[in-house]
Amino acid sequence: MERYYQKEIETADREQILAWQNERLVKQVRHVWDNVPYYRKKMEEKGVTPEDIQGLKDLHKLPFLTKDDLREAYPYGLLAKPLKDCVRIQSTSGTTGRRVVAFYTQHDIDLWEDCCARAIMAAGGTSEDVCHVSYGYGLFTGGPGLNGGSHKVGCLTLPMSSGNTDRQLQFMVDLESTILCCTPSYAAFLAESIHERGLRDKIKLKAGIFGAEAWSEEMRQDIQEKLGIKAYDIYGLTETSGPGVAFECSEQTGMHINEDHFIAEIIDPDTGEVLPEGSKGELVFTAITKEAFPLLRYRTRDICVLTREKCSCGRTHVKMSKPMGRSDDMLIVKGVNVFPSQIETVLMEQGYPANYQIIVDRINNSDTLEVMVEMAPSNFSDNLGKITEMEKGLVSALKAMLGIYAKVRLVAPKSIARSEGKAVRVIDKRKI
Amino acid sequence: MTIPQISVFLENKAGQLADITGILSENQVNMRAISIAETADYGVLRLIVDNASKASAILLEHGFILTMTPVVGVAVSDTPGGLSKVLGVISREEIDVEYMYSVFGQKDGMACMIFRVADSDGLIALLEDNGISTITGEELGLH
Repeated sequence: MERYYQKEIETADREQILAWQNERLVKQVRHVWDNVPYYRKKMEEKGVTPEDIQGLKDLHKLPFLTKDDLREAYPYGLLAKPLKDCVRIQSTSGTTGRRVVAFYTQHDIDLWEDCCARAIMAAGGTSEDVCHVSYGYGLFTGGPGLNGGSHKVGCLTLPMSSGNTDRQLQFMVDLESTILCCTPSYAAFLAESIHERGLRDKIKLKAGIFGAEAWSEEMRQDIQEKLGIKAYDIYGLTETSGPGVAFECSEQTGMHINEDHFIAEIIDPDTGEVLPEGSKGELVFTAITKEAFPLLRYRTRDICVLTREKCSCGRTHVKMSKPMGRSDDMLIVKGVNVFPSQIETVLMEQGYPANYQIIVDRINNSDTLEVMVEMAPSNFSDNLGKITEMEKGLVSALKAMLGIYAKVRLVAPKSIARSEGKAVRVIDKRKI
Repeated sequence: MTIPQISVFLENKAGQLADITGILSENQVNMRAISIAETADYGVLRLIVDNASKASAILLEHGFILTMTPVVGVAVSDTPGGLSKVLGVISREEIDVEYMYSVFGQKDGMACMIFRVADSDGLIALLEDNGISTITGEELGLH
């Protein structure tokens, strides 16, 4: 039996959804125009006023927002509510330059947690369940989002956060966790550990909600088999609230976007033109219910396809495919956003040439990041210890910049392959 | 007198060392001593050659990263306890030896060890004061 957290909304007919979107969009554009000078200026530059936006048909007239806008407007430039009305921030990993800080009113938190609750119930969750949340807690949206959703459903919530495998497994066994929420790579890692320790018969898991990084259908099958569960995908980004923007249902053929809160468009990443339904292109979101940080036409850079085919779960909201790639050079490694330019900045600060290669791989279902760096004359010494010191310094500077460990491999000068004079910066060996 | 040592960055991959010795051989450079220090991923090749300025120019031309370092050649008696005597003198003065290695062959019952310390001139003076001979580049056939 299919379970819903907000059945009337999740199974509303198309006309109803469109009515909500039309009404909320008009209201949201006015709210942003009145309260966000940064976006108002962008609208003025495009010659658009709130009066021009009468509904969905006018959405394409609005200017886009990108990660660059978020950086430029950091920290308060896109805030639409007085700080006294805000109760929380969440933030993306990454550098100060690339960091995104999103603000939430209590109302925003409520709606976000509703979205996560929908995802948990779509995965079969009820108040009888024990929800084991192994996403990181803190600035990362994963832990807080699913934690809140789990409360709303009424599950017994285990705020495990990530790491400490022994404790994860002990609680999973002793407290009989039934739903696991974490990144797919961590789920795969836990599945391996459960196998190695012969705990398969002692765990009571029935479902998993895994997001924040790309994962393949093969990986899903693998996790499902190893844990004896159904594994569901979940999508979101800090800019639009966090996980729960879209989630999978029992059909497991794409993620329903919560259209009462978000309008999704697919655009041509090169021209910005809106593409017809069913086309593959860049996903753009307009948040129509958020108060504190309401992004209009935010370009996610994720490439995917939307489908409105009738879903057997009964939900009527549009489904998005798993992201098939990016329209920029951002990499997602261990759930963390990594831009090659960040690595370049560190190398130059540390006196290494800006000629490098990033190798991303997935070994035992866990992402690895390696940076090949050409040795520089100024960093070379006849003393091996001094080179090792410099290398350690580089590793810590990268860790500070990226938030994750990157292995450094020092190579001979001019040994990094260039094709047609242009260096190949990223080699992604992951088969996703 | 110190001896010029060439230190070359070696990426840990097959054929790197052969490339360097090949280049030196083609250019008629003779090696007098060689030592390698390495980690899993890279290493430092240290060379004493008969013509250091020529060798370094050629290696730089081939894109290698290198640095020239002054080191001290010490005459060590090729008998039991020979090296121990030298190290005893150095350690009494609490001088740190960054690394050391030996030169191919011996002459008149004396082997030659290369020492890398922070203060080469200080080491030379100390050894001479203690009756230990240092070896010049000329004695090693360097020009």
